[in-house]
Amino acid sequence: MVNSVDVAAGPAVVVRDLHVRRAGAPVLHGLSLDVPRGRIVGLLGPSGCGKTTLMRSLVGVQVVDSGTIEVLGLPAGSAALRARVAYVTQQVSVYDDLTVRQNLAYFRRVIGAPASDVDSVIERTDLGSVEGRLAGSLSGGQRGRVSLAAALLGAPEVLVLDEPTVGLDPVLRVELWELFHRLAEAGATLLVSSHVMDEAKRCDRLLLMRDGALLADDTVPGVLEATGTDDVETAFLRLIERGVPDLHPETGSEVA
Amino acid sequence: MTLSRTFATTGRVLTQIRHDPRTIGLLLVVPSLLIGLVAWIFTDTDLFADIGPAMIALFPFIVMFLVTSIATLRERRNGTLERLFSMPLGKGDFILGYALAFGLLAIFQTAIAVSFAVWVCGLEIEGTIWLLFAVAVADALLGTALGLLASAFARSEFQVVQFLPLLVFPQILLGGIFIPRDQLPEALEAISEWLPLSFAIDALRAVADDSKDAEWIAAKLLVIGAWIIGSIVLGSITLRRRTP
Repeated sequence: MVNSVDVAAGPAVVVRDLHVRRAGAPVLHGLSLDVPRGRIVGLLGPSGCGKTTLMRSLVGVQVVDSGTIEVLGLPAGSAALRARVAYVTQQVSVYDDLTVRQNLAYFRRVIGAPASDVDSVIERTDLGSVEGRLAGSLSGGQRGRVSLAAALLGAPEVLVLDEPTVGLDPVLRVELWELFHRLAEAGATLLVSSHVMDEAKRCDRLLLMRDGALLADDTVPGVLEATGTDDVETAFLRLIERGVPDLHPETGSEVA
Repeated sequence: MTLSRTFATTGRVLTQIRHDPRTIGLLLVVPSLLIGLVAWIFTDTDLFADIGPAMIALFPFIVMFLVTSIATLRERRNGTLERLFSMPLGKGDFILGYALAFGLLAIFQTAIAVSFAVWVCGLEIEGTIWLLFAVAVADALLGTALGLLASAFARSEFQVVQFLPLLVFPQILLGGIFIPRDQLPEALEAISEWLPLSFAIDALRAVADDSKDAEWIAAKLLVIGAWIIGSIVLGSITLRRRTP
């Protein structure tokens, strides 16, 4: 159940000293971070900085060299987590030769969610008008929403979303962020990656990444204050110039 | 692994194929067309009676191998496999789900190919037609199972296509179509004794000329069945939830 934010239970995600290589090249070298429960945490950084690798590690589809990752108190990738943690890959991962509804019906059965979830996620992602169409015939933005809708099945407690708003028109983008906030209010934890810095303002907290390491782990006002800037893009540049990270992780004891 | 997730996967794969009528058409008709071509080539000789049964073993086997291995590879390429592996889908659910879906198609395909060979091309079957059908289905299922195994190993379309000559062609060359297996050099004959396609070709020939009893054929069927199960199990083990 995802009804109340259980601060006492500790952060939703705890990463300690994570080392990961992809295709032989080190991507993450000694990364440590927390993602507090019931919040939207933005994972920002340039393409290639290790966002996707971190997300793949959290959902247990990435071979990890060393370090620990706990999600909801269990080792990342545990069988017990697979229905509680949802992952939306950056590439739209749906079946183009199935209709929207058929896609969702299949993923629902895999997750083991109630049958009524299909209708509810179609409604929440505003796909009702295209539910009978093949996913391959939809626009890029619509396909992305099918991929997102699949992640909402079964009311997951943690959502790991890799660039979910890329290529969407501004109206849709706002609608999706409203949806993310509703999910967080209902108690879900969201880790949302983006390389668009202006999306940062919509997050509760920010993780700024560069070259596989954290430049900042702070609230949005915190990052802006620490760097004396008024937009995240400039703050990012300041942090790179300064070479001193702005790390103010929220501890588990701190009550929201 | 759970039955409901396996069947959900089977249903999903079949629904995908249903949306692609041309693939269904090709899948069902291509082996029969090829058998028809072979029959035509040998129309002025009496060779078709000899190699016809082997063709029933060959074409469905190759077609099912290719189609299955590419279908599962496509799943890896479009990111849905990664998504499924972040969900509570077992590796066995995935492989067995595919095996059941394509196995069902293989049954239809084989039924058409066998009927076409016997009633249109005039392939003479001395033994029981049902045994012929049973062996042919097992053989097409074998193609499906080996295709799944190949795609569990392969990392790209190029690799999958290479697995066809690597896994399938030697079985064809050593299966006794070109020269009888007992005339092969000793080492090759020994190898051919172990290749699953040899069992299928031997069994189909035995049904065609009614030279062996049903028990002998059942024994061959058992070996083919063991290869099918072995390939599916090995494929499930080979598949990796976590990738580098």
